[in-house]
Amino acid sequence: MSNLIRWAPLAVFIALASALTYGLAKPARTNITSKMVGAAVPSFKLAPATSGLPGLSSADLAKGQPHLVNFFASWCGPCIAEAPQLKVLAEAGVPIVGIAVRDRPQTVAAFLARHGNPFRAIGADNASQLQMAMGSSGVPESFVIDGTGTIRLQTIGPINPQDVAGIIAAVRDAR
Amino acid sequence: MIAEAGLAALWLGAALCALQLIVATLGVRGEVQLAATVRPVAIGQAALTVFAFGMLIWLFVRVDLSVLLVAENDHSEKPLLYRFAATWGNHEGSMLMWVTILGLAGAAIALFERRLAERTLTATLGGQAAIALGFYAFLLFASNPFARISPAPAEGQGLNPLLQDPGLAFHPPTLYLGYVGLSVAFSFAIGALVTRDVGPAFARAMRPWVLAAWIFLTLGITAGSYWAYYELGWGGWWFWDPVENASLMPWLAATALLHSVTVLATRDGLRAWTVMLAVVAFSMSMIGTFLVRSGILTSVHAFAVDPRRGTFLLALLFLYIGGALALFGARIGTVREGARFNLVSREGALVANNLLLSAVLGIVLVGTLYPLIVEAVTGTKLSVGPPYFNAAAGPLALILVALIGVGPLLRWRRDALMPLLRRVAPAAVLAAVVLVGVKFAAPRMHILPLLGLALAIGAALASVAPLWRRNLLRTPLFVWGMVVAHFGIAVSLAGIACDSSFTVEKLVAARVGETVQVGPYQVHFAGLAPTFGANWQALEATLEARRGAGDALVLKPQARAYWSPPTETSESAIHTALDGQLYTVLGKAAGEGRWQLRLWWKPFVTLIWAGGGLIALGGALALLGRVRRGRRRPQEDWS
Repeated sequence: MSNLIRWAPLAVFIALASALTYGLAKPARTNITSKMVGAAVPSFKLAPATSGLPGLSSADLAKGQPHLVNFFASWCGPCIAEAPQLKVLAEAGVPIVGIAVRDRPQTVAAFLARHGNPFRAIGADNASQLQMAMGSSGVPESFVIDGTGTIRLQTIGPINPQDVAGIIAAVRDAR
Repeated sequence: MIAEAGLAALWLGAALCALQLIVATLGVRGEVQLAATVRPVAIGQAALTVFAFGMLIWLFVRVDLSVLLVAENDHSEKPLLYRFAATWGNHEGSMLMWVTILGLAGAAIALFERRLAERTLTATLGGQAAIALGFYAFLLFASNPFARISPAPAEGQGLNPLLQDPGLAFHPPTLYLGYVGLSVAFSFAIGALVTRDVGPAFARAMRPWVLAAWIFLTLGITAGSYWAYYELGWGGWWFWDPVENASLMPWLAATALLHSVTVLATRDGLRAWTVMLAVVAFSMSMIGTFLVRSGILTSVHAFAVDPRRGTFLLALLFLYIGGALALFGARIGTVREGARFNLVSREGALVANNLLLSAVLGIVLVGTLYPLIVEAVTGTKLSVGPPYFNAAAGPLALILVALIGVGPLLRWRRDALMPLLRRVAPAAVLAAVVLVGVKFAAPRMHILPLLGLALAIGAALASVAPLWRRNLLRTPLFVWGMVVAHFGIAVSLAGIACDSSFTVEKLVAARVGETVQVGPYQVHFAGLAPTFGANWQALEATLEARRGAGDALVLKPQARAYWSPPTETSESAIHTALDGQLYTVLGKAAGEGRWQLRLWWKPFVTLIWAGGGLIALGGALALLGRVRRGRRRPQEDWS
């Protein structure tokens, strides 16, 4: 009996460690499903973020055409990394509108001049209010919105080259 | 060159560590001449790790962006303190700190340990080297902090803004001192098992190390709790978050060890159990590190998500814990059973304390790992929240506090029930009076906090009872330490009970100019303005809080945005009064010019951390007393 007790701690540890090993060996699931998917875009009206492009309101997103809404900022490094993918999406015919978060008109204009302008309209979200209302926690973040103004997809972080095809498909499905 | 010098020192340190292990092994086998070199080798190894760590700090302070780790975690706009703290605010740096503290602990054993038998000491230093060697390998092969990047970026990526806080700058070092301090207890246990030398002398030698580690763990947990409380802006002080549990579990094991080692030192009882606890305590430190560092758990503050490193750490875990438990199984049979004692005795109370602490440890461990295991087996993601932990661990914790009131009043070896009851009676009566009084004053109070408050007050009285009729000046320091630590537990429990029962919370959408009543305060929303810091911008609310007819105090909670990396945080503003805290947070815009304000009145919440401070102070007094007494005479009689 006392022999059993002596080795019990080792047995418990081996069982525990095996479970941990198993958990570690399984690939982690990294895609996050937002609670906002399936919900309507909150009502908003934003002034233009820079001269030469119109501002944006929730009514613009409910006119029958799907959109990709991209939260970005000129001060955000990953947004620069994302710019080429947005260009590819725009060239593929995806209607992209932007939300400039906590930014200034001059710096937004400079950002677009430097990294390309895939946007049809950009609203200025100066206090991150819309961003927070959309359940977004950082830049860049993108939402696929269908023609009725309902959120269909949320991608957190920069859009990588391998994500482009999926987003084009999501926009097509949202039609 | 700085980075290369650091890396070279790390390799040399690893080599010396391997030498330390070899020399210790041969020394234990009888090569007495070789054994004498173990101490200087351990000291040299520590010096090299300190040198390497110093080089890394230097790289961070001068923002050397040609080093990958610095580029990823540092930023030239960051205040000096956080450039400093950024050294360990990341995976590689914190692992280097871990190895440095391991080295320092080994050097401290080599320099100061005079009570342990020479052969056991050699084995202990060998154990310490074996642990360190694995972590050296982990650093050098999987987490090199000195790797260069080419071309060097123009600017660094900064540090998680949540970590840009003076509290958190010093929280990890404190906690690590605790974790790694337990490695000494572990090495002692290994040493004692190897030389079959488990007895009172071994316990007396180990006790100061356990005490020191336990003090740092206590401080680290207390500071971490206060940090989470004011920095996360949720108004809570404990979330049963896996990362918090990772620090609580070694603390619970160390607390049990601290009590059982006293039984072993004083009465030569609980031999196998004490050795077991020493192994478990450091195992919990390692499991905690593993959980936080491997990315196996997702948590609000688990960083460095990397399964490859997780695999490496898991291998170390297998090796050390599995190895130690196997050694335990093989050797403990040859350790003679310790002295026997009556159930009603100081030893009996300490055994009850150990069983309860172990049960709480089991509950926390199961709650932390259960979601992992369920996911591994069934694929379903679930989380175990505060309801489980509170319901399962709460009652046991309350019994433990009751035991604080009883245990120290018991005599060693055997005691009688009736005289004991007489000694405990005043505290029990006080607790009963409080129980009835509070039940009458606040009839809707939940049962656990109500019991908690009554027990806390009873235990506070009982914890100072050992000083009763004693010459206070001639009372040994370690008795003072016990009294202060137990009193601290009562103080913390009182704070917890008050916070969970009497907190007033107001969530309002207010316009500038409006006034909100929360608890005894009238909070006037006086203004809202943008503001800037070194690397952030924020919206700042101005709140004027009045209590009765007094002057207004101004609180300025902020909603902050950091731009490198882009992160938003809410900076709470807290006013501390004698009887509690007014806690304010600025939330989101609520439309139509309204802003969400979250206001709490938290009566006596500060007692929670004041208690934590007292517990650590008690530990420090006990440590001082033990070290002094240990110097004066080798034998002690504490009855």
